[in-house]
Amino acid sequence: MMRAFDYVSPSTKVEAIHLLETRWGKTEVLAGGTDLVALMKDDVVAPMRLVNIKDIKELKGIVSGREGLGIGALNTLDELADNEELRRNYPALADALVDVASTQIRNVATLGGNLCQRPRCWYFRKGFGLLPKDEAGKDLVSEGENRYHAILGNDGPAKFVSPSTIASALIAYGAKIRIEGSNGHREVPLNEFYRIPKTDIEREYDLRANEIVTEIVIPSAQDVKAAHYEVRQKEAFDWPLAVAAVALKMNGSRVLSARIVMGHVAPVPWRSAEAEQLLAGSIISEETARRAGEAGVKNATPPFAQCL
Amino acid sequence: MLKRRSFVKKNILLNNQTNPLTFRDVTFLKFPASHWRYRIVVGPQVITVAGKEVLVHGPGKVPMQFTINHKKYKACLEPRVTLLDTLRDQFGLTGAKRVCDRAECGACTVLMNKKAMYACSVLAIEAQAAEILTVESLMRENTLHPVQQAFVDNDASQCGFCTPGFVVACSVFLDEHPSPTPEDIRRGLAGNFCRCGTYDGIKKAIAQRMQRGA
Repeated sequence: MMRAFDYVSPSTKVEAIHLLETRWGKTEVLAGGTDLVALMKDDVVAPMRLVNIKDIKELKGIVSGREGLGIGALNTLDELADNEELRRNYPALADALVDVASTQIRNVATLGGNLCQRPRCWYFRKGFGLLPKDEAGKDLVSEGENRYHAILGNDGPAKFVSPSTIASALIAYGAKIRIEGSNGHREVPLNEFYRIPKTDIEREYDLRANEIVTEIVIPSAQDVKAAHYEVRQKEAFDWPLAVAAVALKMNGSRVLSARIVMGHVAPVPWRSAEAEQLLAGSIISEETARRAGEAGVKNATPPFAQCL
Repeated sequence: MLKRRSFVKKNILLNNQTNPLTFRDVTFLKFPASHWRYRIVVGPQVITVAGKEVLVHGPGKVPMQFTINHKKYKACLEPRVTLLDTLRDQFGLTGAKRVCDRAECGACTVLMNKKAMYACSVLAIEAQAAEILTVESLMRENTLHPVQQAFVDNDASQCGFCTPGFVVACSVFLDEHPSPTPEDIRRGLAGNFCRCGTYDGIKKAIAQRMQRGA
């Protein structure tokens, strides 16, 4: 049984923001709840108040406009996977969506919640924190059970991997995330939303405790060729071991620019500057694609080869 | 600032000038003093947020109403109680099973507004407005639902603990995909596990329903 909390269901964004505390830990936002409820049962988070945002109509809907596709944070993954326009214009994202979790989860899990889900690192889930250490302050992951931990961006204390599969595809398409708080609203490119925490009090994303994610905007992708690829240990209902999302702007078979995002390999969805540079200006062939793949993991440091 | 331990203290603290919330109504004062020790259920606190009144429920028991299998149910529950525990412990609807309790195994699958979901991962308080259907709703009089019958005919269960969740998931899956491909089945039913390994029987049960029209 999780700890007791009080529960509010505001009907507007403004109310929701005012019901949230300014510091993490006291209040949490409840949307689909598929991650939060489990975290609360395991006492990893123990808020004193849950602010259920599911009654806020402003956070629903999918709107297509000049800027691209605006998706309200409360849309479920199932609603997104069913959206004709999304499937037509953003096929790599649609590919990523159909294999997220299971039917039961996609029916309730929201886009905002998927992007803000907490890492699956088993140390974190067992209550050792995002940057797990022993009593002497020594990092637990480096010599512990680390076969699913980061191989890139792992030079700091954070060794977990970013859990959202669709974040990689969204970042490849150049999506932005809209956030609203008591100081007004702001828009952040999704790749800048994620960050690698250096201290225990930081979260792995750029969201303050009294802010809510309101919308995701994906720019028009008419001139973009994109694909999403996953490697899984289990065929279905599991987080992938690794994800690559690639979006290319092309002129014939020549690549003008590339966005290459690798998921589940670093504490943030990892944009590979090396692979992007290698592809820019080159003609796509099996050989260039292979070299880009090699460039993407050239600087990887699987720290724990003895465990593999 | 919120304090966990004392509700009374919290009420006073909510009146703090630095807090954006203004506390308006001390509900427990409505009860005669002699009743305080029996005060299990209290009305919601009303607080004013951004000029609008908002109800704060809990952390004690809250009166709730549900629509389950086309019937109305009432219970007084804390906000932390899940829909699954409510079905099983309050209403005796023990078809949905509690196994992983972490949205991973599917044994607690029920329908909420005709969509399959895990009852372990939804709070009862959130489920009040929804139309909930459990495995108990499938049988008509003494006749099994066609999907239940297909499970029996194809020996699709062994220990049987995952079966109610599978039956609910399969029935809604077949409603949405009357002629599923193997790929549809793999994706659509991935959210239920059977540790005895009766998947082969379950696939045959689905095939039987496809032939006869679900």
